[in-house]
Amino acid sequence: MKNKSLVIITFLFLLFTAIACEKILPPAPADEDVLAGTIPGLTAQQEKEHLIGDAAFAKIFTAAEGLGPIFVQNSCSNCHVGNGKGHPSTVVTRYAHVNGSKVDYLLSKGGPQLQQKSIDGYLAESLPSEVNVFTKRLAPAIMGLGYIAALHDQSILANADSLDLNGDGISGRPNYVGPTSFFIAQDIHIAINGHYIGRFGKKAEKVMIQDQVVFALKQDIGITSDFDMEDLYNYELGVYAGDNIADPEASASFVNSLVFYMRTLKAPPRRNESDADVMAGEKVFTQIGCASCHVSTFTTSESDIAALSNQTFHPYSDFLLHDMGVSLDDKYPEGSANSNEWRTPPLWGIGLAEASQGGLFLLHDGRATSFETVIALHGGEAASRRAAFLALSEAEKAQLIKFLKSL
Amino acid sequence: MRYLLLSIILFFPALMKAQDSTLIKRVPQDTSRLIMNSDVMYNRPFLIIGKSPIAIGGYLEANTQYMGTDGVTDGFSFQFRRFTLFFSSTISKRIKFLSELEFEEGTKEINLEFAAMDLELHPFLNFRGGVIMNPIGAFNQNHDGPRWDFIDRPLSATTILPSTLSNVGFGVHGKYFAHNLSLAYELYLTNGFDANIIDNTDNRTSLAAGKSNPEKFEESNSGLPMTTGKVALKHRKYGEIGLSAMLGVYNKWKLDGVVIDKQRSVSAYAFDFSTTIANQTTITGEIAVVEVDLPSGSAPQYGAQQWGCFVDLVQPLYKGSVLNFEKSKINACFRFEYADYNVGTFTETSGAIGDDILTIVPGFSFRPSGQTVLRLNYRYHWQHDLLLNPPALTSGLQFGFSTYF
Repeated sequence: MKNKSLVIITFLFLLFTAIACEKILPPAPADEDVLAGTIPGLTAQQEKEHLIGDAAFAKIFTAAEGLGPIFVQNSCSNCHVGNGKGHPSTVVTRYAHVNGSKVDYLLSKGGPQLQQKSIDGYLAESLPSEVNVFTKRLAPAIMGLGYIAALHDQSILANADSLDLNGDGISGRPNYVGPTSFFIAQDIHIAINGHYIGRFGKKAEKVMIQDQVVFALKQDIGITSDFDMEDLYNYELGVYAGDNIADPEASASFVNSLVFYMRTLKAPPRRNESDADVMAGEKVFTQIGCASCHVSTFTTSESDIAALSNQTFHPYSDFLLHDMGVSLDDKYPEGSANSNEWRTPPLWGIGLAEASQGGLFLLHDGRATSFETVIALHGGEAASRRAAFLALSEAEKAQLIKFLKSL
Repeated sequence: MRYLLLSIILFFPALMKAQDSTLIKRVPQDTSRLIMNSDVMYNRPFLIIGKSPIAIGGYLEANTQYMGTDGVTDGFSFQFRRFTLFFSSTISKRIKFLSELEFEEGTKEINLEFAAMDLELHPFLNFRGGVIMNPIGAFNQNHDGPRWDFIDRPLSATTILPSTLSNVGFGVHGKYFAHNLSLAYELYLTNGFDANIIDNTDNRTSLAAGKSNPEKFEESNSGLPMTTGKVALKHRKYGEIGLSAMLGVYNKWKLDGVVIDKQRSVSAYAFDFSTTIANQTTITGEIAVVEVDLPSGSAPQYGAQQWGCFVDLVQPLYKGSVLNFEKSKINACFRFEYADYNVGTFTETSGAIGDDILTIVPGFSFRPSGQTVLRLNYRYHWQHDLLLNPPALTSGLQFGFSTYF
């Protein structure tokens, strides 16, 4: 009888356990609180491709797989943790020798980017002696890039006003850059003298996501690909003193998986949109002229991914270059972008930055740890907006910051 | 090799079945002396067949689990974690041989974890040579599944210290008995780790990643021996404590006689303890620290220092007959464990580096006999990433068994 009871109790316990399984798992964070997930409307096959890209993004490269021999990080996900903005420990350093208007990126010395890490037994790179200018760049968040990639150039040009003809003090201009060897122009691109509008990168120096992926694989991780077969070397050791791993170290399909992953990441979600302070903050944002550059709304063109076609999205950027003044002048020109010019950074996802980058590290180099500091450093075309912000009441400032945190 | 091993596995049960069962005898375990962690390898439930000079034993572990992280689960899994075979023989009165062969996750990993000869020169001086288990911590040598009330091995013993860690080497060990006390020591020189400990897909400093070197049974990557030593003291009433250290060089600093790098050290230190309170509650634990001399070009996720610990509490709830198992036991158990894979702060921000995990594991175990345990565990993890972002939460149920045979 005693044994029978024990069997019944055990059976009931296991049955309860099985039923309770779903309840014992930790709950998923709210969709609006994470920088992960796909754009709405993907097919099952596309979702699967996204997951393949996700795995590629998280792949840890080792020396045996071609890492380096010099590098900044060993994985995409180590800089873009949780798809968010980077941490100061993973900033990249770009360098050059600038002499007046002449800029030498010291390609023959290992430029334009410093790889301060190295595989075991190899010498990490240090700044060449000729360097007189260098700049630090924090990794950007990668959410919603597919929407930006699907914009028609005309949508970007619609906000350009390089001569400030409307007299609002803002003179955004597109950065026309020479295309990479693997660039294939699409209907959305408008060429001028063989150059195309850059829309990615701190200075809008990349036309396509693929450009950035190939560049980062090589310059950040030291991984050659079908699109760029030349390995990195420490020029102090000599050219071809490399990692002895056959090139390319990443296939075209690997690169394409990364690109697909980034194209299909959802736009950063909004939170507390209907909160009274948030709504008031958005009004202040517009009233003091922030929205002149941080344009809230765009609509995509036709895309090969149906879910990206004709979609309205809210990046809070115009993807144009602006003179940001002395405080943000990093003395490092890039392409046609002057050293004091920066592409308006999209503000979407900024409210989730703190929970993905281990603190709040803002601006291109992560030097600012509060929204107030960032705004106070705005100069050049944005000087009048900074002044307007500083003139706000404390309550209005708080509303504005609350709005930014809702993005 | 794989087919040979499978033949052995298939052959022995067939042989045993063909024999009169009285020919298969269990080797009586030595209970007259204080058994310490370093003794458990020889103090297992071996079987001998007839007059065969070889005793055989082993254990297997399997479980099912339903785990999820931040609301995402891949559903149920059934896991055949390991199947281990022991072979031992007493070559002469003072010469013994023991081997341990482990199959993990089916035949995904086949490891020769121990294959060594022991030559007794004096009770306090024994020579051991072959593939030996480095005596770092207690779990590394005392890791048989049926001895533990938890399905997962302790994190600090497997991801800070790389249990089961074995290497080719020689050394000495011995024991001294006085009344209720025994003092044991072990000191070995073995092959060491390689640079995989700081270049691996674990994305962190990992001694466990340094075990995968296929050349480790032939050469020490650094060309220098790794030293592992342990001193342990046991009192019949109060339990056992152990202090151990493992010191070596992991990088290839010399190639073809040319010095190409500085010698970079790897060291591990451990303190272990076990005690039984009022002949009832057992408390077992281990604290481990690992230090690695990193090259200046290392990525920040590879930490120069790691540490971890675990404490297991096992409280018998019932002893007696259950389902006609005469000497069965039902235990409540609880494990607390923590591992910090990257101790320190970021140079750039002075902020603390994350990459740590805290786990609690309450559970029950049912031991129908001394050699078999059924376990039901509930695990809950809080795991921080490198940047110390809000932790990922993982939890789930595990049910499984482990048994000697």
